[in-house]
Amino acid sequence: MDDVERPDAPDRDTLLQMFEIQSRIKLCDERFRTMLMSGQIQLIYYSPRGQECISAGWGVHLRQDDYVVTIYRGLHDHLAKGVPLRELWAEFLGRATGTCKGKGGPMHITHPASGLMVTTGIVGAGIPIANGFGLAAQLNGTDQVTVVNFGDGASNIGAFHEGMNLAAVWKLPVVFVCQNNLYGEHTPMSMSTGVDYISERAAAYGMPGVTVDGNDPVATWRVMGDAVARARSGGGPTLVEARTYRFWGHLMGDAMEYMPKDERKAAMAADPVVLYRAWLINNGHATEAQLAEMEEVLTAAIDDAVEFAMNSPQPDASELYTDVFGDNNDAMLQGVSR
Amino acid sequence: MSEPRIMLTAMAINEALDIAMTIDPKVFLLGEDIAEPSGGVYKVTNGLSTKHGLHRVRKTPISEQAIIGAAIGAAIAGFRPVAEIMIMDFLAVCLDQVTNHAAKIRYMSGGQTTVPMVIRTSAGAGRGFGAQHSELLEAFAVHSPGMKVAVPSTPADAKGLLLTAIFDDDPVLFVEQMMMYWDKTYAGHVPEGDVRVPFGKAATRREGSDVTLISYGRQMYDCLAAADALAVDGVSCEVIDLRTLVPWDEAAVMASVGRTSRAVVVHEAVTRCGFGAELSSRIHEELFGQLSAPVQRVGGANTPVPYASNLEADFLPQVSDILLAVRRTQG
Repeated sequence: MDDVERPDAPDRDTLLQMFEIQSRIKLCDERFRTMLMSGQIQLIYYSPRGQECISAGWGVHLRQDDYVVTIYRGLHDHLAKGVPLRELWAEFLGRATGTCKGKGGPMHITHPASGLMVTTGIVGAGIPIANGFGLAAQLNGTDQVTVVNFGDGASNIGAFHEGMNLAAVWKLPVVFVCQNNLYGEHTPMSMSTGVDYISERAAAYGMPGVTVDGNDPVATWRVMGDAVARARSGGGPTLVEARTYRFWGHLMGDAMEYMPKDERKAAMAADPVVLYRAWLINNGHATEAQLAEMEEVLTAAIDDAVEFAMNSPQPDASELYTDVFGDNNDAMLQGVSR
Repeated sequence: MSEPRIMLTAMAINEALDIAMTIDPKVFLLGEDIAEPSGGVYKVTNGLSTKHGLHRVRKTPISEQAIIGAAIGAAIAGFRPVAEIMIMDFLAVCLDQVTNHAAKIRYMSGGQTTVPMVIRTSAGAGRGFGAQHSELLEAFAVHSPGMKVAVPSTPADAKGLLLTAIFDDDPVLFVEQMMMYWDKTYAGHVPEGDVRVPFGKAATRREGSDVTLISYGRQMYDCLAAADALAVDGVSCEVIDLRTLVPWDEAAVMASVGRTSRAVVVHEAVTRCGFGAELSSRIHEELFGQLSAPVQRVGGANTPVPYASNLEADFLPQVSDILLAVRRTQG
């Protein structure tokens, strides 16, 4: 974001809350990558680095009892919805103390206590499921909102079309957040998508669609606020396209040959979290010391979470057979446990 | 003894849905064309939207992924949705939601979230609908850990198993053979009220001592007909109706085959990799030394379902196929 004061900015508390979420994501991601690169841990890892402002932008508008659905590149969304660091790290490392007892892993983080309801490893599949959470709120007469996150690639799969249409027809309280990082796996959007803006597709379903610079925290905050308010007040769904960039390719270890070097270099030079940090200080919303202290507190919390996860045991061998069914027993597992 | 309440299968299913919606406000239905004035393409949900409201009997677009996805989300959030997939072949267009999500979510979340939903679907050949509206695909769900599967053969079971399915805390695929909906051949007594049939308890439809016929759904009647014919020749058949495939009543099957030492498994789905293959395999694993003959399988031809009525009839397992299979066990 440009380093000038913004009349459209929210109050200072909200600004700092967004910075806290962004920094939590950035610092967590940096720790994961450092530990992966040094061989301390091994796991399939989809870095959300570069996309922090989007999750922070909706995160500050949601209540604990609102629902979030996300995908395998979901660490930023998990943290923005308040999934606790210790359980999150333990789940990423496949430990018994993880959110899902180590049985789901990074692609299936679930933490209903925080409202993080589903993380799917299937592109686009969370969209129809998010409608179910919206329908539940509508039938219960509550004002809970569901935010479902997905990438630009997901807008080309059939589940997107079916889900968007049903949400519009039933006027469901769902915010569809397309985190457009310009690539679907290894293929640029220009080679896979026939429109310049994913938000144009909203018109085909009869719902509002808006594109925002997902690297601009203030603009993103405002657009997300409008969409969440519309859903909460019974106004129905919105498609928000937040444009961004993923710094580390599709997954850790990706050689990124398909991403032009200059493009990636420019995106990383315009690191949205770094720019936002400078903006907060230069425009008098926070002091350097204040933000540094926030980062120190977060670093200590991550240290604690890493230690907790690394010292936690793997799940007991018996866990292979639990949680398949509610009435899990030998009869239910015929042919499985033998 | 009170008078029997003779009902057709479609009416029994309708009664189960009505009872479930009456006793639990968290139960709702969604699917294509299920509301009034049509009340479903087979009239199975006839009258329910008028009684319970369009918010609880929800007509959807022709969007199977959206139907199952909405059911999954609502189920996690505390509802007990009953989703209808009009024809079983259409499961193929929403299988990701069924196998990757409904089936796996309890496990992937470490038991934190559950998906108490039912997928009702009509299936089966015999109506001249051709290859894409006639299949039995229960093996899809049986092969997906986390899914339960029921295939009723009588109106009483259709009602009782459906009530159990709706109030079960796991996703259930509930298979209804469309040939049975309105055909008086399959009519039977249905107990009044909220009477549930437990999962995993087979019914012995006929007792016998020479060979065990194991089946489920409509083909159970072919087994009974074969048993009648064989009785004339002095062959005594036991007929076991599984009622549910996940879980299935292994104890009842093994006890029966342990006594008769011969078994034939019968279903409408194509024979290759059908549920009969699992049954046969498990019987061989448990009782190999006690068997007088290898277990025989009778199922649909290993082909798509053809259209022409003579070919369609040949696709389906016939009573004569069961007779031949029993003969093979008698060596």
